[in-house]
Amino acid sequence: MHPFAYVAPTTVAEAVAVLTEHGDRARPLAGGTDLLVKARANAWELDAVIDIKNIPELMTLSVNGDGLSIGAGVPCYQVYDNSDVVAQYPGIVDGASIIGGIQVQSRAGLGGNLCNAAPSGDGIPALIAHSAVAHIANSSGTREVAVEDFCTGPSRTVLEAGDLLVSIEVPKPAANSGAAYTRFIPRNEMDIAVAGVGVYVVLDDSGQNFVSGRIALASVGPTPILASEAGDSLAGKPVNDETIAVAAALAKNAATPITDMRGTVDQRKQLVEVLTGRMINKAVERARG
Amino acid sequence: MTTKSPGKIHVTTTINGQEHELLVPPYMSLLDTLRELIGLTGTKEGCLDGNCGACTVSVDGRIVDSCLVLGAEVNGKNVDTVEGMATAEGLHPLQQAFLEEAALQCGICTPGFLVAAKGLLDNEPSPTEGRIRHWLAGNLCRCTGYDKIVRAVQKASS
Repeated sequence: MHPFAYVAPTTVAEAVAVLTEHGDRARPLAGGTDLLVKARANAWELDAVIDIKNIPELMTLSVNGDGLSIGAGVPCYQVYDNSDVVAQYPGIVDGASIIGGIQVQSRAGLGGNLCNAAPSGDGIPALIAHSAVAHIANSSGTREVAVEDFCTGPSRTVLEAGDLLVSIEVPKPAANSGAAYTRFIPRNEMDIAVAGVGVYVVLDDSGQNFVSGRIALASVGPTPILASEAGDSLAGKPVNDETIAVAAALAKNAATPITDMRGTVDQRKQLVEVLTGRMINKAVERARG
Repeated sequence: MTTKSPGKIHVTTTINGQEHELLVPPYMSLLDTLRELIGLTGTKEGCLDGNCGACTVSVDGRIVDSCLVLGAEVNGKNVDTVEGMATAEGLHPLQQAFLEEAALQCGICTPGFLVAAKGLLDNEPSPTEGRIRHWLAGNLCRCTGYDKIVRAVQKASS
């Protein structure tokens, strides 16, 4: 492992200054569960790591009238241990609960999951389905990027030298809405998704018709994918098997997987169709309460 | 700020109830800090990438893989390792149960399982078998002793 310096700033401005100074030879350290593995494997040669866990706004998890704010360094366990998040954002909790084992969840968070930009990031599809927005700071100010636009390729994001992810902002869920995420893995725990599907749906007051929907996929393309046509197909349709089958087939079409050690193209596309149907049904169940 | 040989970090940390002042290389893991700087070799190195849990320790009451934590990060924190489990009065109930249930073969994974299981029972004294298996999913035993390990944790729970 290339020897790096360790700095622990207490403000966003200080962290951004170090990031700006070192460019791509410095990385923010949140949980370290990806960073230290990559540094040790010499996939990243770093001169500095910037521990962000002493910066208050990066460690704040809050639920209020505007929605959910997840600081970039908040670990997964704080997400699924928060009763307000569990009640209002169960799809996000579904993802946060299955990233690694308990040890990893003590440290790893959704911010790091997003910045790591693995196609299989279990934390990302539910954020996309919820229309979450990444708040980014750099030396010239701040900007916002929709989470579906954040990852640009495997391990690649919109972040440029000197950029720091500060928080992920999730809008307050609509009335009569529900969300869910699941993945397929051959084991019960501790594995990387062969395919994953996150769904957010809004129903009308009767609970019998879809008002809108958003569907996002993991592990079936170079980045997590927003399956727009699949989600849009739900709008205005009755909640029934036919509506759900149409959306699931469109999600399958949106998947662009590869064949690798975890699964084949055909298996992954089939999984997307099956999991999309299941997750729409689960989201509907949660929307109906 | 950074050079080819970054300076050591001054860390004050409490390990198994005892305060330590250390000078830690900034890139040294908590695992190596414990084993090489302090001589606490009960915590084991396994995969070095967060899959096996052999290096599990507790930091401020949360179990972590110490290979994926920097020593520099535990400044001001409480670290508990397997060496802190037994007292002058005797073994921790989990250690006793592991012996009685023969919940180990080669023993390399055992410190990690003990610390992880303690992290569960400290907060949930009577977990279900399913909860125990879920909680310990981040610990691997290559002698395939899971059933005995789960039975030992059940025995130590109230």
